[in-house]
Amino acid sequence: MKPAPLSYARASDVGHALALWREAGPDARILAGGQSLLAGLNLRLAEVDGLIDISRIASLRTIDLVGDTLRIGALTRHADLERSDLVALHAPALAQAAPLIAHPAIRTRGTIGGSLAYADPAAELPACMLALDAVIVAQGDGGERRIAARDFFTGVFETGLEPFELLIAVEIPVLRPGRAQAVRELARRSGDYAMAGLVAAADVTPAGLRDVRLAYFGVGGSPVLARAAMAALDAGRPVAEAEAALDDDLDPSDDLQASAAMKRHLAKVLLRRVLADLTGTEQGRPA
Amino acid sequence: MTGSFSSHVEITLRVNGEPVTARVEARRHLIDFLRLDLGLTGSHAGCEHGVCGACTLRVDGEIVRGCLTLAAQLDGSEVWTIEGLSDSGAIRDLQDAFVARNALQCGFCTPGMLAACAELLDHNADPSRDDIREHISGNYCRCTGYEAIVDAVAAVAAARRGLARAAE
Amino acid sequence: MTVNLHLSELDRPNSYIGKTVPRPNAPRLVEGRGVYVDDVVLPRMVHVAFFRSPHAHARIGEIATAAALAVPGVIRVFTGRDIADICSPWVAVLAHLKGLKSAPQHALAVERATWVGEPVVAVVAATRAAAEDGVAVLEVQFEPLPVVADMETALDPDTPLIHPELGDNLVFQRLHEKGEPDAAMAGAAKVVEAVFHTGRHTGVCLEPRSILANYSRPENQLTVHHSTQAPHMMQTIFAKHLDLPEGNVRVICGDVGGSYGVKVHVYPDEMAVAAIAKAMARPVKFVADRLESFASDIHARDHRIKGRMGVDAQGRIVAMEIDDLTGIGPYSVYPRTSAIEGNQVVNLCGGPYDFQNYRAQTTVVLQNKTPTCQYRAVGHPIATAVTEGLVDLAADAIGLDPAEFRRRNIVRDDAYPYTSAANMRFEGLSHQASLEKLLTMMDYDALRAEQVRLRERGIHRGIGLASFIELTNPSPFMYGIGGARISAQDGCTVRMDPDGSVVALSGVTEQGQGTDTILAQVVAEGVGVPIERVRVITGDTQVTPYGGGTWASRGAGIGGEAALQAGLALRENILVVAAAMLQAEAGALDVVAGEIVDKATGQPRMPLAELGRIVYFRGDTLPKGLPRELVATRHFITSDYPFAFTNGVQASYVEVDVETGFVRLLKHWCVEDCGRIINPQLVDEQVRGGIVQGIGGALYEHCLYSEDGQLMTANMADYLVPMAAEMPDMVIGHVETPTRESLLGAKGAGEAGTAGAPAAIMNAINDALKPFKARVTAMPFTPERILAALGTIPERRL
Repeated sequence: MKPAPLSYARASDVGHALALWREAGPDARILAGGQSLLAGLNLRLAEVDGLIDISRIASLRTIDLVGDTLRIGALTRHADLERSDLVALHAPALAQAAPLIAHPAIRTRGTIGGSLAYADPAAELPACMLALDAVIVAQGDGGERRIAARDFFTGVFETGLEPFELLIAVEIPVLRPGRAQAVRELARRSGDYAMAGLVAAADVTPAGLRDVRLAYFGVGGSPVLARAAMAALDAGRPVAEAEAALDDDLDPSDDLQASAAMKRHLAKVLLRRVLADLTGTEQGRPA
Repeated sequence: MTGSFSSHVEITLRVNGEPVTARVEARRHLIDFLRLDLGLTGSHAGCEHGVCGACTLRVDGEIVRGCLTLAAQLDGSEVWTIEGLSDSGAIRDLQDAFVARNALQCGFCTPGMLAACAELLDHNADPSRDDIREHISGNYCRCTGYEAIVDAVAAVAAARRGLARAAE
Repeated sequence: MTVNLHLSELDRPNSYIGKTVPRPNAPRLVEGRGVYVDDVVLPRMVHVAFFRSPHAHARIGEIATAAALAVPGVIRVFTGRDIADICSPWVAVLAHLKGLKSAPQHALAVERATWVGEPVVAVVAATRAAAEDGVAVLEVQFEPLPVVADMETALDPDTPLIHPELGDNLVFQRLHEKGEPDAAMAGAAKVVEAVFHTGRHTGVCLEPRSILANYSRPENQLTVHHSTQAPHMMQTIFAKHLDLPEGNVRVICGDVGGSYGVKVHVYPDEMAVAAIAKAMARPVKFVADRLESFASDIHARDHRIKGRMGVDAQGRIVAMEIDDLTGIGPYSVYPRTSAIEGNQVVNLCGGPYDFQNYRAQTTVVLQNKTPTCQYRAVGHPIATAVTEGLVDLAADAIGLDPAEFRRRNIVRDDAYPYTSAANMRFEGLSHQASLEKLLTMMDYDALRAEQVRLRERGIHRGIGLASFIELTNPSPFMYGIGGARISAQDGCTVRMDPDGSVVALSGVTEQGQGTDTILAQVVAEGVGVPIERVRVITGDTQVTPYGGGTWASRGAGIGGEAALQAGLALRENILVVAAAMLQAEAGALDVVAGEIVDKATGQPRMPLAELGRIVYFRGDTLPKGLPRELVATRHFITSDYPFAFTNGVQASYVEVDVETGFVRLLKHWCVEDCGRIINPQLVDEQVRGGIVQGIGGALYEHCLYSEDGQLMTANMADYLVPMAAEMPDMVIGHVETPTRESLLGAKGAGEAGTAGAPAAIMNAINDALKPFKARVTAMPFTPERILAALGTIPERRL
């Protein structure tokens, strides 16, 4: 199970990467952490001629607080998210999500940019971007372009990135006082892709949760913002109404581990449990 | 493809503390590089799609999947395999505990398992049994049922803490 | 440990039998110094990759090889017809399984491909990568044929035939009846019934199947480095099908990265590799990659079983009836055949229980899926799940606690010898002692009380029990009488070298289970030397006595006894020489800790090294004609019983999240009786590893096929194996009832864990679900199936 022959070039910086990409043509693939791409190459599921290795571009492996925005470079590894105090403080959902991704020896190389650009609908980080109202920063020959996360994930393994446009960072509004974030997923085994997962954020007010974000993963062709359920909660409706609204929000398909009906059901269970997490009650039992 | 791209890549790195320079096929993953080019057969290929953990080893101070890392990516890197970790004595206590507890049977997962366990102990001096299980959750062992491995790691952690206390 | 009284001879101060000693090969393996087949590199070595059928059933048309041959590094391409000229086909049947039939199978498919993954073309290249490049550009024409996927309809008249020359898709059928099951059922106070499914699963050895074959034309010698459990069997097979004398075939089996039954079969791709080596007269390596492993390693346990059990008003089992159906793929697997698993289900169902009215049928059918064959605990987990599932239903129907129901029905410990309803003969088992020990270990009553308390809080925990029997130490009744050239006998040669070191060469093999260790213990004990002085050699047909290798938990019981007898014989030989040297009676001397001692006083008389020096270098000083045989060989075969059955009982404690269907394994217990325990730690770890393998089948592992015969769980992301985070801690206890067939008294322990775990898990889950009147009987018990059983979501057929 060896990759087909391929051509490789290592990029020294973003400009070099873009130049290499132009040279190789649009079908070249960007090698960031490689934790999905290289598995696909080994399996010969994907064949690629030009492989552009950006993994050594140190300037993309950064986590910075810029005003009230947390800017995370594309080559920041999942393990970096786990260990970062800035992430834990300002984007706790990311700190919660990172340990759910695969296993330690994957998280040391897998990158946030790679995960977002790959846009696996069952992955945790794309849903985090939706729930956290992140902005994806892409760089092309013409300079930087900012894409709201809700516009970024366009389909199964599809994103709003244009050809010859490299995802270089994400910008996440920092957690504001009174707001909470929570992540849960239901996976067969630790580290498996989830049958269903939910990233949630909300203002916790005496009147209840407001400005709720519910981003599901593993229940559709891309991460899904459950807008109807969010609206129900924002309006102060009971959780049961939000659960019912999920029937409109979500349109999952069967996969090997769970039928569409099961995913719909699990989405509701997750909603109850995650809302309990947000409000700090003990209603939810550990998943 | 020509120009800036090539099907073979020249790399210089350190493997088990020794300098290595090689010209590798761009498609060659780290495990094949170690096994076929350097004769370091202690690293094992179990699934070659990143799931089983048999190829877990240490690159630049962190554990990685050898099958999900191209040799071409490792110019300038520092790689430690089970052979080097054994020769240096860095994980001697862990290896001894594995033997004493029979935390291995066929031994095929063992080099990768040891790499994963060693990293846990480097970062967590007092892991719970659940911590240990979680940390090795990506390392498949068909023989042992895992409990002996958990026992061995817990024993080493306790012994190291004891040593640390004694040194105070 | 308890010492078997009739073996008092072994109960000596320097005894190793019954003690935990570390494995001599473990320090090597923890340093990564194992030598698995893929680690062996030979001059002029080439690599093979196979083009495998993408169709479940198709006629093979034109094979265009030019593009492949043009790939850099590709050396040769072999088609099925090419290989058929070198390697003869086989038909896997056994005469004692009446009516068993199968079709001739070639190393590479010749006319038709019959499952997705069947090898069709072999590409030989300088590297594995280049061979794969060649495979990628091969062009093979296929004419798809109708696919037989569903075993339930395999025998329907309108189902196409996989091998028309066989007349139907029926491989084997056996009906066993004893007593009067119909009358007994009719008279029963309660009759319970259920339909069980065990999911088709596979072994997933971490080291894939691996072979490196080399042929020397001048010597007409085939040497095969092989990751196998049965090197001598493979020697015989290679000789037969490649037309070589057995003496010209050497099979070397170094370190093996797990086998569990997967590596005891003849695989067509491996036969093709040996044939290619013969054709090219150079070393040829093939290591299956993981995708190939899923499609071509044997699968197992694809069964549907309908079961009924009748009980009287006192809660005594009066009758049991089962109807087993299994699909085995397109061929019976050579040479063990694929009918054994179903046959075992018939033989083992009801095994722990005292009743005599029994009807059991197995029906074994063909299908266009990967062939199935013997895999760890062959048939046991199926039979145990059916039996224990029915037992729990029966207990419930009659209103008895599951533990109490078992107390009333297990065969009494004083009832032996006992013949079961399936006509299995038991020499001596300990179901009662084992059950009581288990219930004490787990504090059954306290757990029951905790279960009740937690239920009030909406926490649903379940306790599952499973008694089981395990077939070990097989005699020729397993395979030999059916005509298979599979040795039930095994041998050991023990040799003393000049310095008193001892080398033991055994026909059984080491796969990680610790065979080398227990052989060293037994030989050290038998000869009377420190264990550090014993070196064990296994896995080389050129040097070890011909034997069966590793299967059916026979290493300790058969190989161990041969080693013990060989060690004792060497000791006698040593004492003959020592007596002459010391002018004493041999009977007055002994060998203890590497020295000749005075038997009565223990007084040291002479180190073995001195005896070795004299024998090997100054034989002139010994009396003329004195036997000086410092080598002894002994063989062992069981003869009083066809099999040495063992027994045990397991318990599982689980928590079911009834909202998500997730099962959390809280704890697991097992008490087993493998007779004399040679090395307690190794036995415990065999049991633990086996339990987790059983848990895999119960909760995770499933080879799922589409209706057109495509394997949908063909990689390690989709096929779920048990991993550390979800597995429980396991408490292991023992009862020892040694077999009287051997001096050693050991029976097997390798399959007990796997035999009982799925049943215990199933019963625990159903116990947890009881308040919801929900029940699962189809493995694996996935969250989806549990939610469907709870009525939360609709059932989905997979």
